[in-house]
Amino acid sequence: MAVDKFPIEAGHIMMFARSIGDANQIYYDQDYADKSEPGAIVAPPTFVQASAQFDPDYFLRPKIGQEWFGSAKGATGITQREGSSGGGGGAAGGIGAGLHAEQRYEYHRQLMVGDVLKATNKPGKTWEKEGRRGGKLTFSESITEYHDENGDLVVTATSVGVRTERPATSGD
Amino acid sequence: MALKASDIKVGDTYSEEVCNNLSRTQIVQYAGASGDYNPLHSDELFTTQVAGYPSVFAHGMLSMGMTGKMLTNYVGDGRLSQYGVRFTSQVFPGATLTAEATISAIREEDGVQFADIDISTTDEEGTQVIKGTATARIDP
Repeated sequence: MAVDKFPIEAGHIMMFARSIGDANQIYYDQDYADKSEPGAIVAPPTFVQASAQFDPDYFLRPKIGQEWFGSAKGATGITQREGSSGGGGGAAGGIGAGLHAEQRYEYHRQLMVGDVLKATNKPGKTWEKEGRRGGKLTFSESITEYHDENGDLVVTATSVGVRTERPATSGD
Repeated sequence: MALKASDIKVGDTYSEEVCNNLSRTQIVQYAGASGDYNPLHSDELFTTQVAGYPSVFAHGMLSMGMTGKMLTNYVGDGRLSQYGVRFTSQVFPGATLTAEATISAIREEDGVQFADIDISTTDEEGTQVIKGTATARIDP
């Protein structure tokens, strides 16, 4: 994802650490963090994923005044247009069928509270594979580089997404 | 805190239970913190009736985050230089996950010592949900 300014904030790190069930004091206790080896509140290894919060167009967050594909009165909030194939299949086949297959991080230095990162994105490789359960699988790589305010590279994130022809849960 | 090259050898393992009876609420908590509100992770009605899955399921990144907790507890804070995983199976509410690290190599690069680590996270039935690798800077 491309983000102009991703400020690394203490409250955000505390909430993120709680959500992954990590009680490590270095994620919320300033006094503890000051005396630790990194010497500051640092971010958990997967924290840059939360840069989505600072992407104004992030497609997996409901937007003010726009229809959302999750359920509301009905099982999806997307209004069916006349002539479109029925049953909400558009929502399922479009956004619903994309899944996260792989994620890799390279850490060039430790990410700390106070950093402000700029994320830039470029596509990587694309390949296809015949899946056992989900039909034809199409994989595509997306590489995000997070630079600090000095222009130094802090984290490189490579995400591999997979699109399936049908839902790919084991036991189907 | 950090690992010492003199204390570890190839084949050493470390494991932790990283979640017990995973709740839908924790999945919602992760959605809120990460900003990924895909209804596949929190909206049972959409997920079963529109997307065609048996139930909501955890973000792959939640499983990777929980596995990362085991990793940083093992190698120390601020020590990772690389961490990568493949999501090998979906994680559903109620899952109890155990994450395990195995030292695969100990090596020196430009006078700094590193440990390469294989990672595997399995659920309560022994199904692997994450397979990955990491590299951490270690003390001599």
